[in-house]
Amino acid sequence: MVPLSYYLVLSGFLFACGVAGFLIKRNVITIFMSIELMLNGVNLSFVAFAAHWQALAGQVFVFFVMVVAAAEAAVGLAIIIAVYRTRETLNVDQVNLLKL
Amino acid sequence: MNPSLNLWLIPILPLAGAAINGFLGKRSSRRAVTTVALVFCGAAFAMALWVAYRFSSLSLPHQEYLAHWIRIGNFSADFAFYLDQLSLVMLLVVTGVGFLIHIYSVGYMWDDPSYYRFFSYLNLFMFFMLTLVLANNYLLMFIGWEGVGLASYLLIGFWFTKDSAASACKKAFIVNRIGDFGFLIALFLLIKHFGSLNFEQVFSSVEHLSAGAETEALLTAVGILLMVGACGKSAQIPLYVWLPDAMEGPTPVSALIHAATMVTAGVYMVSRSHVIFDRAPTALTVVAIIGTLTAFFAATIGIAQTDIKKVLAYSTISQLGYMFMACGAGAFSAGIFHLMTHAFFKGLLFLGAGSVIHACGGEQDMRKMGGLRSYIPWTFLTMSIATLAIAGIPPMAGFWSKDEILWKAYQVSWVYWAVGVATAFITSFYMFRLWYMTFFGDYRGAQVEAHGHDSHGHDAHGHGEPHESPMVMLVPLMILALLSLVGGFVGWGNHFEHFLAPALGAGEAAAETTSGVTEYLLMGVSVAVALLGWWLAYLLYHKRQDLPQKIADALGGLYQTVVHKYYIDELYAALFVKPLIDGSTRILWQDVDRKIIDAAVNDSGDGARRVSDEARQMESGNIRSYAGWIAAGSAVVIAFMIWTWMGAR
Repeated sequence: MVPLSYYLVLSGFLFACGVAGFLIKRNVITIFMSIELMLNGVNLSFVAFAAHWQALAGQVFVFFVMVVAAAEAAVGLAIIIAVYRTRETLNVDQVNLLKL
Repeated sequence: MNPSLNLWLIPILPLAGAAINGFLGKRSSRRAVTTVALVFCGAAFAMALWVAYRFSSLSLPHQEYLAHWIRIGNFSADFAFYLDQLSLVMLLVVTGVGFLIHIYSVGYMWDDPSYYRFFSYLNLFMFFMLTLVLANNYLLMFIGWEGVGLASYLLIGFWFTKDSAASACKKAFIVNRIGDFGFLIALFLLIKHFGSLNFEQVFSSVEHLSAGAETEALLTAVGILLMVGACGKSAQIPLYVWLPDAMEGPTPVSALIHAATMVTAGVYMVSRSHVIFDRAPTALTVVAIIGTLTAFFAATIGIAQTDIKKVLAYSTISQLGYMFMACGAGAFSAGIFHLMTHAFFKGLLFLGAGSVIHACGGEQDMRKMGGLRSYIPWTFLTMSIATLAIAGIPPMAGFWSKDEILWKAYQVSWVYWAVGVATAFITSFYMFRLWYMTFFGDYRGAQVEAHGHDSHGHDAHGHGEPHESPMVMLVPLMILALLSLVGGFVGWGNHFEHFLAPALGAGEAAAETTSGVTEYLLMGVSVAVALLGWWLAYLLYHKRQDLPQKIADALGGLYQTVVHKYYIDELYAALFVKPLIDGSTRILWQDVDRKIIDAAVNDSGDGARRVSDEARQMESGNIRSYAGWIAAGSAVVIAFMIWTWMGAR
């Protein structure tokens, strides 16, 4: 039996990678993937806890998160394509029309 | 228990008239405005007459309660009315003379474009004056007191497009505020020590105070502060300066407010408070000295004035001084007697002066009048009666009341009497000077040119030579002349004094110590000086008209000082007005307002902008920096949670 803490450490590591990628990377696609990484890090901790407490609620949450992530991927990719078409770039630093 | 007389109707009726004319008058015809004003004012007069008719069947003082007003703890002041002999006299004088002047104003103001506004203000004044007279506590009286000040302000500044009128009304209001300050402090003292402002309660508390230095000090302070208030309203030294300027108002206003009624409010208030003054001899002395000084001082200024209304204004101040002299001598009923006769003859003088001004097409300078006797015979006749009355020639009203005052003053001190007699001489002189300059000799004015050269609006038919006023103006003159003629006889055999005695205390009647011979002797002296003044005026202004100029030249500086009213206005300007304006400009405006208040607002605005300029940098539009802020924020929240969790362990 793998102890719970292993899962949690891995989950935290995945989440931290996601945050770091989100903050560091300029490419929208990469940032998008970082978000998925964070979501999946959280999913991991959910299922780990669900297994540990023998409760199904955690697994149900994971399904919800996956559905939301899928929806988000659909909308997000559509936005990225729209942005690329107008701005001809995927660099977020150049997508700054909201500034002032 | 007295039957209810519905006293509240007396002040409310003119208020209704003021409201109707004020709100609807602009769109109604002159005829409708006149009807409203006269009906409501006349109704108040009719009510007053009815009250007088019922008066003997009342148990006095008669009080009527209308409504709650202020009730805090043990203190209460209500809308309630107080009727005794003193209020009855004031009631009749105010409504009676007021009604006559309303009628006169119809003729005088007919051509004024703001006809309705004038009558609205006039009715409003009546409301406040009647409130003042009928109030049963000092606070309600103060409402009336302030209200007449407001009405006076509005009416002096009636022709507010004229600069002089606009500043005159401000001056009147501000100077009155100084007096009101004293009055208010007196009221505070009364509340503090007696817990009430109700006349009955205050006076019975005062009567029951134990004798002692402390009591006397308190009552002296209250008395002197009340007198400060009276000085403002009744134009006594040192606060008289507003009254001559108030002549900028229409002449009926000068007659009603600045001669017959409002300015006597101070005398009424002091007489009403006689219980306080009776126990504060020092305050009484102050009243007497102020009154005597004012009487003499203002009379001397009156000698050299050339504006017919200014002469009358200074004469009013001087006569008010007489009234205070009487009050100060403890002879309150003599003061009220003179107040009444003065209302008749001074109201008449002002209305007559209005008629003269009207005849000369708005001219107020007596040097440009003369010989009007034959042009305006009725005005001449009525003015002559008033002049004889104010000069104190028997058997006119003024003789009786003035003589009464001088006699009472003599019993207190011969100094008051001597100054009073000197004043009587000067009064007679300047009044006959006015009489001769206006009505005798040759007409010195230019033929009255086409109208419209001043804002008086009443000279629309002022072509050619001087002309008599219409009947609507002459009838009030005649009635007042009749009253000036016979009004003094109510004082015959001290009837008036005995009538007022229950309201003003019976103590003064006991002062009849000097023998009758002295009284007749003094009477003879005052008649003699009046005739002497007449003779001197006849000599200087009729017989030898070259003399006044020579005398003026001979007197030189002294004459100039009198002409310039002893430079009192200039003195006040230098002492109070200029430092105030300079201080306001330099300290309050340039320092406090600009450098502190404005600077505080501007600097806080600038500061906010500078801070937000910095804070704005966070909103870079850079998605990753937003994400960074979110991450940093989450990190702080998490760190906080961990820290509290550690602490909880």
